[in-house]
Amino acid sequence: MQSRNLNLAVGAFVLLGLLALLFMALQVSNLGTRGAGSTYELKAYFDNIGGLKPRAAVRSAGVVVGRVRQIQFDDQQYQALVLIDMDARYQFPKDTSAKILTSGLLGDNYVGLEPGGDTEMLKSADRIRMTQSAVVLENLISQFLYNKATEPSSPASSGRK
Amino acid sequence: MAVLTAVAALGQAWFKLVENLGSFALLLLGILRRSVAIWRRPRLIAAQVHFLGNHSLAIIVVAGLFVGLVLGLQGYYTLRRYGSEEALGLLVALALVRELGPVISALLFAGRAGTSLTAEIGLMKAGEQLAALETMAVDPIARVLGPRFYGGLIAVPLLATLFSAVGVLGGWLVGVVLIGVDPGAFWSQMSGGVDFWDDVVNGVIKSLVFGVAVTQIALMQGYGARPTPEGVARATTLTVVVGSLAVLGLDFVLTALMFGEL
Repeated sequence: MQSRNLNLAVGAFVLLGLLALLFMALQVSNLGTRGAGSTYELKAYFDNIGGLKPRAAVRSAGVVVGRVRQIQFDDQQYQALVLIDMDARYQFPKDTSAKILTSGLLGDNYVGLEPGGDTEMLKSADRIRMTQSAVVLENLISQFLYNKATEPSSPASSGRK
Repeated sequence: MAVLTAVAALGQAWFKLVENLGSFALLLLGILRRSVAIWRRPRLIAAQVHFLGNHSLAIIVVAGLFVGLVLGLQGYYTLRRYGSEEALGLLVALALVRELGPVISALLFAGRAGTSLTAEIGLMKAGEQLAALETMAVDPIARVLGPRFYGGLIAVPLLATLFSAVGVLGGWLVGVVLIGVDPGAFWSQMSGGVDFWDDVVNGVIKSLVFGVAVTQIALMQGYGARPTPEGVARATTLTVVVGSLAVLGLDFVLTALMFGEL
């Protein structure tokens, strides 16, 4: 009886620990939300990826349809090569375009997919042709300042017109 | 002359350190070498899991809950400034899974269970029970130290995982139930930012390393204690001091190795 109680207590302890691990796996981490491995790979070249990181979300219409798997630098084209794992449940037309967007004002970067109208679908290892780089805040500001400086008319001169 | 004495003291301390590391490795090797013999008596290991694990359950769960509560509260105050209260779940979960869960549970384990291991073995040695076992041709390392080592090795990762899980629930309690952060955002930000393999499994690996270190240090202190009341008292103190410092130092190294690139 003594040893049975001991076994019961130890078994309950181990079970509790494993349940905690299960909770961590399914509720706390991404194992529960990630599909069971059925994905296909897409490639996209970007001039500038901004702050995009591996494991960033790939969204279309705001819904997560894939994850960024890897980001490389292509030293032939001097562009960033982004490898994307797409959820196999979702198919996109061949003329889909990809943009790097930011969630919120200061949030993470993610890849946004804009489906086109082609009847053919993207297959595994295909490349997304149309891409749009991340908006780099410094470039935006310098562009703005440059435009300001080259503006021919000041408010005073426009008043004279 | 005083300089020479200081250098000599440094040299002595260095020898002591190397000696301790050596005996640590030798005892660990000795236990690992006897693994087959130790696992032939799983009942002994189960008894140690019960003694080290089940009895530490209460303090681990309570500590985890309170760490989670405090993390939730303090995280909320800071995140509110930047208008991103929804990231509270991510903050609590990452902090617990990567660092606080393994480290604090190992520190508590050193205080709660490591001390009792050291005192038990030190008193066995002082009472010449270990010598008696050897006289009867029973290997004290296989019969006494081995089951305790494996018991700690099994118990610590389970305790650390429980600590993290309860802590996340504590953060949820404060964030969602008391303060009113949106529960959907709380959980989705959390599962979006915590990777099972990179974060959860690395945390478990961490606690496994801490389990080896703390249990092994406790056993070594007890086994090497001078067989007097003062010797056992000193060994018990050293278990907590050395064990805690080892956990903190190892944590820094492991964090740099595991999460350095992120």
